[in-house]
Amino acid sequence: MSAYVVRRILSMVLLLVLLSLVVFILFSLLPADPARLTCGKGCTPSVLEANRIKLGLDLPVIQQYWEFVKGLFVGRTYAANSPDPVQCSAPCLGYSFKRGEEVFVLIKDRLPATIWLAFGAFVLWLAAGISLGIYSALRRGRWQDRSVMGFALVGYSLPSFFIGLVAIFFIIIRWQLLPFPSYISPFENPVQFLQTMILPWIILATLYAAFYMRLTRNQMLEVLGDDYIRTARAKGLPERTVIRKHALRAGLTPIVTAAGLDLAGLLGGAIITESIFSLPGVGSLAVNSVNDADLPLIVGITLVAATFIIIANLIVDLLYAVIDPRVRLT
Amino acid sequence: MTQIASNGDQVLRVTDLRTYFPVRSRGLFPKTIGQVKAVDGVSLSVAPGETLGLVGESGCGKSTTGRTVLRLIAPTSGTIELDGDDITAMSAKQLVPLRRKAQMIFQDPYNALNPRHTVGTIIGAPFEVQSVTPPGGVQAAVQDLMERVGLNPEHYNRYPSEFSGGQRQRIGIARAVALRPKIIVCDEPVSALDVSIQAQIMNLLKDLQDDFGVAYLFVAHDLAVVRQIAHRVAVMYLGHIVELASREDLYAKPLHPYTHALLSAVPVPDPRAQANREQIRLSGDLPSPINPPSGCVFHTRCFRAEDRCRVEVPELRELLPGHTVACHFPMVDLQSTPSSVESSKI
Amino acid sequence: MMRAARPFLAVEGLSVEFPTEDGRVQAVDGVSFSVERGKTLAIVGESGSGKSVTAQAIMGLIDRRLSVVSGRAWLEGRDLVAMSDDEVRHERGSSMAMIFQDPMSSLHPFYRIGAQLSEAVLVHQKVSKQEAREQVLEMLNRVGIPDPKTRIDDYPHQLSGGMRQRVMIAMALINSPALLIADEPTTALDVTVQSQILELIGTLQQEYDTAVVMITHDLGIVADIADHVAVMYGGRIVESGTVDEIFYEPQMPYTLGLLSSVPRLDQVRAERLDPIPGNPPSPISLPPGCVFQPRCAYSDRVTSHACETVRPELVDIGGGHTMRCHLDADQRGQIASDVLSALAGGGA
Repeated sequence: MSAYVVRRILSMVLLLVLLSLVVFILFSLLPADPARLTCGKGCTPSVLEANRIKLGLDLPVIQQYWEFVKGLFVGRTYAANSPDPVQCSAPCLGYSFKRGEEVFVLIKDRLPATIWLAFGAFVLWLAAGISLGIYSALRRGRWQDRSVMGFALVGYSLPSFFIGLVAIFFIIIRWQLLPFPSYISPFENPVQFLQTMILPWIILATLYAAFYMRLTRNQMLEVLGDDYIRTARAKGLPERTVIRKHALRAGLTPIVTAAGLDLAGLLGGAIITESIFSLPGVGSLAVNSVNDADLPLIVGITLVAATFIIIANLIVDLLYAVIDPRVRLT
Repeated sequence: MTQIASNGDQVLRVTDLRTYFPVRSRGLFPKTIGQVKAVDGVSLSVAPGETLGLVGESGCGKSTTGRTVLRLIAPTSGTIELDGDDITAMSAKQLVPLRRKAQMIFQDPYNALNPRHTVGTIIGAPFEVQSVTPPGGVQAAVQDLMERVGLNPEHYNRYPSEFSGGQRQRIGIARAVALRPKIIVCDEPVSALDVSIQAQIMNLLKDLQDDFGVAYLFVAHDLAVVRQIAHRVAVMYLGHIVELASREDLYAKPLHPYTHALLSAVPVPDPRAQANREQIRLSGDLPSPINPPSGCVFHTRCFRAEDRCRVEVPELRELLPGHTVACHFPMVDLQSTPSSVESSKI
Repeated sequence: MMRAARPFLAVEGLSVEFPTEDGRVQAVDGVSFSVERGKTLAIVGESGSGKSVTAQAIMGLIDRRLSVVSGRAWLEGRDLVAMSDDEVRHERGSSMAMIFQDPMSSLHPFYRIGAQLSEAVLVHQKVSKQEAREQVLEMLNRVGIPDPKTRIDDYPHQLSGGMRQRVMIAMALINSPALLIADEPTTALDVTVQSQILELIGTLQQEYDTAVVMITHDLGIVADIADHVAVMYGGRIVESGTVDEIFYEPQMPYTLGLLSSVPRLDQVRAERLDPIPGNPPSPISLPPGCVFQPRCAYSDRVTSHACETVRPELVDIGGGHTMRCHLDADQRGQIASDVLSALAGGGA
């Protein structure tokens, strides 16, 4: 098991290296010249060239990449030979000249809002999605099942920017039930934090809950038709035990996978929800960085988001082995 | 049955065939940590128009053998000769024309047919693949075939889901015989079917053999089915052929203890005969084909095993004319066997 | 004749009706049979004959919110069909038990076999977990699991197919039920393992004086272990009697057809088998008369054409041998002797 984890972590690192290389090469092929974008209005070819050297863009892509990787571990100094060198301390994910800030710091500042948003919504959607999904499966074909599935269909098909804007309009502007969202750390002002987060949580969770209702229902229905459920009934177990002990454990296993990966995906930023509610998260940062063509920042966010997914993958695999004894980690 | 060992007269000749599957560790850098010896030194031949039954329990390698001789699975070593051509090392491209000579029928008629193709397309596919235009056109040929296998030719444009299990197996058979192959590998063709349908399909296979002279390599676990259809029978255990004989000899005078046990384990549909049969119950389970037992692979479950069996691999030898067996202590001493109720035959 | 006490298991007019998209389907229609303790009844039939549904209806495993189960199933004088869901549940696993075709999928893949067996003990007996475990070890030993002390903590996937079926049998018999229903228990197993499992069921049956209902399509198994046989076709019993009556004095053309369809290990009767033509009927669209009529080679001998229009009643032709057929006794006798002699003489 521990040998397996070590091997998995090693292959994870290798995967990250490959991924960053691919991201790097892809961005270097873009027609947009990042040096030009940092140059501004009074741009002359000599300034442009200077910027290019400053950013390290004069080097071949592979060497740029090597500088980047080195920077991750030991930090790096941009434009070391110029009069105003820029220091980027380890772990250096790059330096945004556009914003005059280290990429790592930019992302680190934005992470808390994203993490709070993702985890809050995660808890909500799992609770709602799984419980309603099970309820629906146990009342298959009856009106309860149909209403839950109808609700899921609505939640699934309404775009979150639409319900988000509707919610803001009615709940905040028209009825003034909540103040205008303004993110603050829960440790500073828990009340304002909750007032700000409650709508984003619900809006984000709605979409996922709808998906998880259907997933849970289908899983449960499949498992309830399995032979070992018939065996459990043939033993004379009460239906309650059959459902809770035998059906749930088998039925929820695939949901663990989906949930882990979905959560990790959100940690890379919930772009729409963050933008609508002006939450200072990684998602809105990503949107801004793309608008500005802030290349180092885009690369940084992509890598951080990918890292979350890769780590979540490992955790999900380990969890799977805990739940299902047939899965052997070798 | 005497068979002269010249290469020309056998439609299929397999020599010392081995098919090993590597067992790999998982992860980014998988290592081969062992080998499943699914087929381990099998030699057999099938004459034109003959049915060779290949029987054994699950995991004995009979299906893998069937697939390997058609090169659906790559052999590890050995040679496969199809109608005189050595196909062991042929490329996929070289094999295409030879596929006309050898076809396959699968166990599960539900999964073997593409649900989105009409029956006409499915049965006509071999013509298209081989770029053969039968006289009268493909549709006429397909409808002929449908009629021949007992399907209504008017159902040409229907989909497999509209047919019952037995009818789907007929579709599979029509497709297999479309190009008049010399040999068809039948992999458990009737084991998914109901008793009454099973008999219909077996009769159909026999009729087609009589009409077209096609040979069958008939892979099955049901010894009674094989007795009904095969001319000669090979018994496999853990990747090896342990006994090969004509149907009459194998069922009446099995020489290998495993064959003996296998035959005695099958209950016969005759209560009085069944009550008088002596059963040999093998103890234990099939050993792993990753670590097969030393010496004779059957010695761990054999009721006649002695020290020699644990060390020395028994060679397949012809003890009686046309009757070969791989055993150090074959059951030649027995006059009759519990599996044969001879009274009804004599 | 005074009717003696009811048999140990007496099924009377059992019917099961399912709703489907194509309307209501009569999967089982008026099935009656009985079994005494220590005896074995084999229910034989092809797919769609209703044999498995019959078994599940007796066990109360049919969801009665979705389907209609009617008739009676007396187990030691108590009617299982009339019981509430909860009352039947208390009988399941204690006075009656069932084993299934595929032992791999019938065991929960996530729980150790010890846990799955103890659960069966704990739901019906007021014992401690430790005592339950003792009982499990004892039972595993009895069904021939080598080294039960280690095996008890195995997961199902760590056992071979034969061992898994032994575990299923242990689970079924751990509360000493008086009725065991076995639904194709050896179909997924190899023949050498099949004979081990059949022998085990026989031994335990004697030990516990169990009534066994064996559901199978394999006439060899029927000949091997059954005392009585019920042949099912299209949701009905079409013939039933002692094993000798069914094999040596069959009356109904379907039974004859089955007997002449099976290839035999101990003889080659003829180069060609003599199968029943056509396909088994779909329970969704049963023929209006005798359900076997479309495949029957002899229905034209019934001059009244009753076969096409009238469902034949189950008739007792003597000593409990019953069958449904419009042919008269002479015709049946003639047909049976023709078919049986063809079978016996074919291999000569």
